Amino acid sequence: MSEILSAPYVLEYTYTRSTGPVVGRFLEGLRYEVLEGVRTADGRVLCPPVEYDEQGEATTGEFVQLRPSGTVKTWSWVEEPRKSHPLDRPFAWALIQIDGADNSMLHVVDAGEAKRMRTGMRVRLRWAEHKSGTIRDIACFEPMSPFMPGPVHLEYEVNPGQHYSAYLRGLQRGQIIGGKDPESGKVYVPPRAADPVTGRPTSEYVEVADRGVLTTFTIIRIPFEGQKLKPPYCFGAIVLDGADMPIYHLISGVPHDEIRMGMRVKAKWKPKEQWQTSLENILYFEPTGEPDVPFEEYEEHL
Amino acid sequence: MAEHCAVIGIGQTKHSESRRDLSIPGLVRDAAVRALQDANMSWKDIECVVIGTAPDMFEGVMMPELWLSDALGASGKPIFRVHTAGSVGGSTAVVASHLVQAGVHEKVLTLAFEKQSESNAMWALSPAVPFQPQLVAGAGGYFAPLIRSYIRRSDAHPDTGCMVAVKDRQHGLLNPDAHLHLDQSLEEVKASPMLWDPIRYSETCPSSDGAVAMVLVNDKHAARVQNPAWITGTSVRTERTFFAGRDQVNPAAGKLCAKDVYDQAGITNPLKEIDCAEVYVPFSWFEPMWLENLGFAEEGQGWRMTMEGKTKIGGEMPWNMSGGVMCTNPIGASGMLRFAEAARQVRGTAGRHQVEGAKVALGHAYGGGSQFFAMWIVSSER
Repeated sequence: MSEILSAPYVLEYTYTRSTGPVVGRFLEGLRYEVLEGVRTADGRVLCPPVEYDEQGEATTGEFVQLRPSGTVKTWSWVEEPRKSHPLDRPFAWALIQIDGADNSMLHVVDAGEAKRMRTGMRVRLRWAEHKSGTIRDIACFEPMSPFMPGPVHLEYEVNPGQHYSAYLRGLQRGQIIGGKDPESGKVYVPPRAADPVTGRPTSEYVEVADRGVLTTFTIIRIPFEGQKLKPPYCFGAIVLDGADMPIYHLISGVPHDEIRMGMRVKAKWKPKEQWQTSLENILYFEPTGEPDVPFEEYEEHL
Repeated sequence: MAEHCAVIGIGQTKHSESRRDLSIPGLVRDAAVRALQDANMSWKDIECVVIGTAPDMFEGVMMPELWLSDALGASGKPIFRVHTAGSVGGSTAVVASHLVQAGVHEKVLTLAFEKQSESNAMWALSPAVPFQPQLVAGAGGYFAPLIRSYIRRSDAHPDTGCMVAVKDRQHGLLNPDAHLHLDQSLEEVKASPMLWDPIRYSETCPSSDGAVAMVLVNDKHAARVQNPAWITGTSVRTERTFFAGRDQVNPAAGKLCAKDVYDQAGITNPLKEIDCAEVYVPFSWFEPMWLENLGFAEEGQGWRMTMEGKTKIGGEMPWNMSGGVMCTNPIGASGMLRFAEAARQVRGTAGRHQVEGAKVALGHAYGGGSQFFAMWIVSSER
């Protein structure tokens, strides 16, 4: 047998299409970013328009302007587009019912990934930058979102007030300042204008220790927006020696599974030259190594 | 009290993670229309609207009551907002009931909502303000140390929180409007990750979109329905977040609020005289904590009731028949959902989560750092 002869051959020619009065008007409209459907004899609206409907009736020639949006009726995902495809990235072929039309248009949805596609999804039309008077004047459709951004931006000047300022200035000197109710003897850290229980002014400032008892705590493992620390981290309530209520701070310098209620802890300060008017001067609290405090001795602070 | 007040209409939205199909006006309208239909009323019957929602940072809308007045048919009528953090749904209903009891209005629409999908409550609750390190990590970060204190103080069984989660989710399966429909086993809940030790993922409430509305009326209009829920006690109490000697686990304000509402309703033994309760339990461990705070159990003993199954539907004291906050948490609405479920129970309209023969029910809400409390007792009898 002789070898079968074979040679490449390309058949290529650009025909001249007569668009007719209906499709022609539709395509001409696309050039001006106008989307129209045509009304049928029985009152339906078809987009894309046709001269004769599926029942063999001539459409009326009455055009209806439509919103450039619609609903996906069905779709098929193309993960690897071919050279002649309208997009060079993954996309969906979809039947899209334009709002106000009774039929569907075959076109492209630029959804990025298949998981964004679903039947019934709302899409809006994206016009091509350069028009050619063809269906490709509609570049594609894109998913519509029922949301819009609602930015809020508020600027404040934070004035911590007389007593909290005294506390912050104390921290700047490496001291922890509390406010004492002269009658009950209760010491509040940070100090405040009045004892919330008695209503009396806490006129006297006293210095409390930078060590105390960890009464309770949590280990935070959840990340969230705006978070400054990387989880996991431990956050606890510490009743400083000389104070009558807890302050809250980080607990570190100890494995998380060794942190206990009743553990004695002390402040780990930043280097002195970095001290400012902030509780951030204390990096965290760490174990002192002293014996734990019995539950009964701190129970009232829980 | 000049007038008796009854709940004659209750409506709520289907709750979900994102009601992307509805705007905020559409969301509140949906609940309000359902409440009006239930009350056999129309917009023109309503004299006044009392609305509640969580702090403005949660949705980024200042004074939403002004924006929502048209959606709530409030043009030319008084409308105002109540604002008490997480307890707001409860205190909003209380304020609305007072307007009726005081004889100011005869027919009041009260409503609460939250569209959490539009915001981020963790962000809103965890501000990084000047002069201090950012320490708190959302509501869970605040409440986890209190839960640890409760467990230590009461020597509670470590599975208690998981048992509540399983029970509330089982109840939620009976409630078509609930956000979560989860059939979870104890093992599944125990295996879920720790978010804020000792709080696991499955021991926390979801973030929900939703709204709830009620129509409150005086005697004259209560006969519009067969089965009004009569409000026999209402109370609101508050305390400071931090003060020396504060009991954060079992707050005084909660105990005082409960005592006040029981006194008004003539209740001396809540375990015997109340048939069921809807209580604000956003983290499962708060069920045993509130069982004690509200006088259903001795201090340190609440967890035993949970472990013995007494708080299930069919148990001695059903709690959170609707699935509670553990299944549905549109924060601003969560308190009013509790109040509304209590009213549904005594009206006998709670569907598959109905407690048979319920005549007296407690609705409860709390907020802030366990510092704002609102409660009501509703009864099938005036």
